[in-house]
Amino acid sequence: MAFITVTDLSLGYDEQLVLRDLNFSVSKGDYLCIVGENGSGKTTLMKTILHLKEPISGKIETGDGLKQNEIGYLPQQTIVQKDFPASVKEIVLSGCQGRCGFRPFYSKEEKTLARENMERMGITDLANRCYRDLSGGQQQRVLLARALCATGKVLLLDEPVAGLDPKVTAQMYDLIEGLNKEGITIIMISHDISAAVRYASHILHIGDRVFFGSREEYLKSGIGKSFVEMGKGGENNG
Amino acid sequence: MYLQYPFVRYALIVGVLIALCSSLLGVTLVLKRFSFIGDGLSHVAFGAMSVAAVLQLTNEMMLILPVTVISAVMLLRTGQNARIKGDAAIAMISVGALAFGYLIMNIFSTSSNLTGDVCSTLFGSTSILTLTPGEVWLCAVLSIAVVLIFIIFYNKIFAVTFDEEFAKATGTRAEAYNLLVAVVIAVVIVLAMNLVGSLLISALVIFPALSAMRLFDNFKAVTICSAILSVICAFFGMIVSILGGTPVGSTIVAVDVAVFLICYFSGRVKRGIVR
Repeated sequence: MAFITVTDLSLGYDEQLVLRDLNFSVSKGDYLCIVGENGSGKTTLMKTILHLKEPISGKIETGDGLKQNEIGYLPQQTIVQKDFPASVKEIVLSGCQGRCGFRPFYSKEEKTLARENMERMGITDLANRCYRDLSGGQQQRVLLARALCATGKVLLLDEPVAGLDPKVTAQMYDLIEGLNKEGITIIMISHDISAAVRYASHILHIGDRVFFGSREEYLKSGIGKSFVEMGKGGENNG
Repeated sequence: MYLQYPFVRYALIVGVLIALCSSLLGVTLVLKRFSFIGDGLSHVAFGAMSVAAVLQLTNEMMLILPVTVISAVMLLRTGQNARIKGDAAIAMISVGALAFGYLIMNIFSTSSNLTGDVCSTLFGSTSILTLTPGEVWLCAVLSIAVVLIFIIFYNKIFAVTFDEEFAKATGTRAEAYNLLVAVVIAVVIVLAMNLVGSLLISALVIFPALSAMRLFDNFKAVTICSAILSVICAFFGMIVSILGGTPVGSTIVAVDVAVFLICYFSGRVKRGIVR
């Protein structure tokens, strides 16, 4: 059984159907890229996978030893976070919160885990810096470290390179690829089709036409070809 | 010295405790853009108080506390989905309750000095100086409960304040903690009405937090600093008001404002040096 299996899923908000009859699955070690135009329901899909939203119909099952709350999440930044007075250490450690249950304070193991993940993301020297004073790329690393504290299995990334400059974007993609090679399953939502076909093992394309399959299949399919062409013409920042 | 009078001691104890409680959640409320919730809730409490006065309840708290708690839960609920809606809801409930409270007091009041009554409820009054030992105990117990709850749930409140969606997705029961924050803030508001009156409560909640945010860069330091600032301001304000015969509530708030200005400028200087 796969980590995440989605069957006949229909999604929407405010009674309006955005996506219907979606079927796909994510297995251990996959790097799935979810692409599609604005408004195609990428964010809604992601929130449904995280069980922040109820689907209209269909179901999402987790299996292969994955529990529902073991999906780490890298959200897009909110306005609240932009001037939040918190140190990097505090934020990374808060990723362990889900493990705590009713226990009020963090254990020694959780503090070690937070330290290890800061090291992994190369932000150890920023530990006591204030989050709001960091650059965009550094902030994303902090949130990635936090997500890694929540899980070592699956990471769901929502537009992880939005607003980053090309150099930092490339570093971010390398970082994510590295995590995938370490065995962490990646689900990434992206606008950036050229990066998607470069790094992903599987592609889920949603919108008017839906495609799910491996990268190779996507590149051969009609929808894939037309989108990759469009990507080359439009944005050349991969 | 004035400290030999028990009512002065009571007032100082209660004032300091209330200042401590109200500042703790201030940081969370300011960051979640709920600064005005204090205002809204205190007006609800004012409305409930006038109803209690008209019904001639012996224990006003029995009515005020539940009504305020329920309003707090409702307000924080709507705020989660859309901020504009939350804003409007707070404004609506707050002025609505204020108007009804005054109306009811006007129509049914038996008091000879109505304007004085209303004014003292709105701007705080000498009620802080006329506390009975029973009220002091109640206040002390509730304050200690608030502080303990805050310490026990500190990490969870941080996680939920910083990123509610992430917290929810990774298995923290964010709704439950939002509810907790709502209940605690309602209790704090009802307590604080004694000290500074309905209209000035927001100041007690947000000024220490805003001051501390000018000075410090991490959540723990901001929280501790805001608690300390709040206690100092309340203590100092009360001493000044007792010695100078000024109104307690507005004196405390004036001190809060002065401290905020100091923090604002020292924060700028500090940042200037760092950069």
